[in-house]
Amino acid sequence: MISLKNAGFSYGARAILKDVNQELAAGSFHFLTGPSGAGKTTLLKMCYLSLMPDSGELDVLGQDVTKLSREQITEMRRRIGVVHQDCQFLNHLTIRQNIALPLLVAGKNIEDNMENLEDLLAWVDMSHRADAYPEEISGGERQRLALARAVIMDPDIIVADEPTGNVDWEMGQRILTLLVELNKMGKTILLATHDLNLIRAIKGRVPASVLRLKDGQLSLAGAQL
Amino acid sequence: MNLNPLSFLFGSSPSDQVVPPKGNAAWLTGFASAAMAFIAVFALTLSLAVGRLADYWSLDLARTATVQIVAEGDDLTAQTDAALRVLRTTPGIESAEIIDKSEQLALLEPWLGSNLPVNTLPIPEMIDVRLSADGPDVASLILRLKAEAPAASFDDHNTWRTPMLEASKRLRLMVALSLVLTALITIIIVVLSANNALASNQNIIRTLRLLGARDSYIAHAFVRRITLRATLGAALGMALAMIAVISFPSQSATSGLLSGMALSGADWMYPVLVPVLVGISAFTASRLAARHHLHSIT
Repeated sequence: MISLKNAGFSYGARAILKDVNQELAAGSFHFLTGPSGAGKTTLLKMCYLSLMPDSGELDVLGQDVTKLSREQITEMRRRIGVVHQDCQFLNHLTIRQNIALPLLVAGKNIEDNMENLEDLLAWVDMSHRADAYPEEISGGERQRLALARAVIMDPDIIVADEPTGNVDWEMGQRILTLLVELNKMGKTILLATHDLNLIRAIKGRVPASVLRLKDGQLSLAGAQL
Repeated sequence: MNLNPLSFLFGSSPSDQVVPPKGNAAWLTGFASAAMAFIAVFALTLSLAVGRLADYWSLDLARTATVQIVAEGDDLTAQTDAALRVLRTTPGIESAEIIDKSEQLALLEPWLGSNLPVNTLPIPEMIDVRLSADGPDVASLILRLKAEAPAASFDDHNTWRTPMLEASKRLRLMVALSLVLTALITIIIVVLSANNALASNQNIIRTLRLLGARDSYIAHAFVRRITLRATLGAALGMALAMIAVISFPSQSATSGLLSGMALSGADWMYPVLVPVLVGISAFTASRLAARHHLHSIT
């Protein structure tokens, strides 16, 4: 699903990622850990095609993304759902409209997807807030809104950058449960977090691997959970 | 991108939703376009008025001349008859007619007023001469007039007409330059406004890119809004300028530059073109600005 071969990335003279090699199989669940500034976000950005590697290869969904045109990258982004710690929403649109945004920009008819949209709102327990605006909802609700928006296009891959960073433990567990459900539906999950308790909490619920990023190198941390 | 201008401007588009309805530069584009269109219509009207005046000077007046006879009593009558004889027998002259006294007085009235006893003034006899396309041999005509009517003087208006024509050409050139500068300023304002709108919505653009929005989709939303504001602003500016032009005293082109500041016939089409051209400029400029800006975002 995602394949990194000797992938490297630098910000100016500072090398962030060095010869990263990793295969993320379809339907797998991965945690990405590492100290602050280790390059977790950079690696995630490469996985959702916001950054391209300076060196090496990056294949996503079977295609070498460094050879894709800007339009092709845009098309491929529709197959990757992204959840950020500080998710950006369009504050002049309602929660329902924000979730439907990927459909809108892809030129799909919202009316045809209304049932799916309402199901998603119910899945993230946001039906009662569907007509509210992003500035009116809590941090936990924002993360669930981001998750719903990330999956409306039925993507193959979900990339989440510290999705539980700004929420309490209980809300973190609810978000994690939603991600596990998505994984059980066959989605590949790559979740960056520094919260080891969150990783431990998933034990036994889904087979997941923990990838540790340190000094620009990616390694498998310990045994598979 | 929708290339039907009316549908592009006034139709509905899904991409409209993604840009917040108000931005910092929302009023700037419309106001600047209105002001520029107002100036452009005035410059156009001035250019057309100067053009009409120049045409009159170069075409109509070029085929006229005046003979003035300054004498008194019987001598005036005799010299006038002699001058008419000379003129009517000269090749290149179509007609020569004495300007009626009442017509002469009417011409003097604006300067001397209606209450002055102009009948008592020693007004010379004037002969209105119409020339053929080729015109007469002026040098020999003047010699013949001097011989047969010494009090007559021939004036083909060249003394003042030539510098006036030159001045009108310069004025039209300056007006054309003003129009070009106005167009450039409008384009610059639109580009600045587009860049401002794109920069102030940077987070929205990044989010849309992340969600899989094409550049053309994002650009469409901004370009359409900026083009609409610029076109409507220019239409308002044009309408106000045309009202101002209509309010000018309506007189013939021959009566002067300021009083000739009016539009007639096909001239009315030119101001209408102003908002169309502003719309096209705004569309092109904002599209290029949006494309350039979006390519800098991954």
